Amino acid sequence: MSDGLRYIEDVITLGFDVEKCTGCGQCALVCPHGVFVMDGNRAKMVDRGACMECGACALNCAFGAIDVKSGVGCASAIIASYFRRGAVSCGPDDPEGPTGACC
Amino acid sequence: MPGSKVTRPSLDQPFVTGSIDTIAGPVPVVLAELTWRDRRGGYKVRWGIGRYTYTIDPGLYAVGTPTDLSPVLVTANYKLTFDALRRTLTGRDAWILVLDTRGINVWCAAGKGTFGTAELVSRVKSSGLAQVVSHGVLVLPQLGATGVAAHEVRRGCGFRVVWGPVRATDLPAFLDAGLRATPEMRAVTFPLRERLVLVPVEAVSVLKLATAIAAGAVVAGGIGPGWYSIARALERAPIGIAAAVAAVLAGTVLTPALLPWLPCRMFAVKGAVVGLAGALLIDLAFWSAGASFSLAAAGVLAVVGSSFAAMNYTGTSTFTSLHGVEKEMRLVLPWQALGAVLAVGLWIAGGWL
Repeated sequence: MSDGLRYIEDVITLGFDVEKCTGCGQCALVCPHGVFVMDGNRAKMVDRGACMECGACALNCAFGAIDVKSGVGCASAIIASYFRRGAVSCGPDDPEGPTGACC
Repeated sequence: MPGSKVTRPSLDQPFVTGSIDTIAGPVPVVLAELTWRDRRGGYKVRWGIGRYTYTIDPGLYAVGTPTDLSPVLVTANYKLTFDALRRTLTGRDAWILVLDTRGINVWCAAGKGTFGTAELVSRVKSSGLAQVVSHGVLVLPQLGATGVAAHEVRRGCGFRVVWGPVRATDLPAFLDAGLRATPEMRAVTFPLRERLVLVPVEAVSVLKLATAIAAGAVVAGGIGPGWYSIARALERAPIGIAAAVAAVLAGTVLTPALLPWLPCRMFAVKGAVVGLAGALLIDLAFWSAGASFSLAAAGVLAVVGSSFAAMNYTGTSTFTSLHGVEKEMRLVLPWQALGAVLAVGLWIAGGWL
């Protein structure tokens, strides 16, 4: 990502506990913004500010070393969440219902 | 799974060209090339037409004449996504396992959890995949990792997940390299072409609101001395309509195009800057009309409207975070609301001045 395509960094919720890391490398594979790289037999968080809180790394860490309050960085979804209960996410609340809203 | 029922996608879908017999039954075959009908369908959904019903049957498909050694590529049942995948497989033999994401693309469905561990495990079982291939490997698009936990897939159905490239266009190189992705294939970017391909759907989605605002401005434009005058409404209509058009163009076309070069990280500020340029153009174009309050109202509307539309582009972009956008909205929503009130006040006052 070029410097012009970086976003607000000071409120990102990503946390990494290197003590729990086993070096499996999944986080470095799944992160689309290069936040993690492998450093020997441990992961290393090298660009926390590029995190978009998608949650892929935390979901794929079998050892609970990564923690992030994930969600979509989408103003439309946040506005929609003001009017209905539930988490900020794409599409309708009811996964069985018809798709609507945005993506 | 002994006793579990094998379900297959229908062979009666327009893009299915035949079927291939497997131990788990006949599997529909699809081409690696798109027909004019596929392209027309893709073009329509880019403009928001039928975007939520552009689906295919979930389940196992074949490209070419795959064997038990051929790779299994997992994708979503949004047809635009399915087409983007299969068109990269020219001259190859592969299996495509389509998950039921209710017609949503991989990234958005993964965030929602429909492109998820549970759906993948159950689709592997219901397609009889373990009987069809012998290698036990699933290739998933990397952006599916938001919904799929690889270690839980292995526990759930025995298959090992290999993360494929972010973009389907990198699949041939990934497959040729023995399921290895380069760092470039792992990185999400947001080049001009990708920023612009989403402009039509974005513009269409705000068009209704913009039309309503323009219509409101035209109707309210008649208010003034002597209570109401249709002549006055018609005279001021071009200014009100120009402001709405400027807001849409600035917020949904120009801001995305110029995104990396606009000041500030907040999208609402980027949009306001472009909207301000639009406001100045409107003032220049209508200066001779001498309607200073109307022009001021139009300028504020262009800035606020563009700012709001640009803020909503955060969801289209590929690098904004939930907590970042929440912070941006906390900071800018009060100003946008104030601007909206100001625009209405100035417009009404313009009927007298």
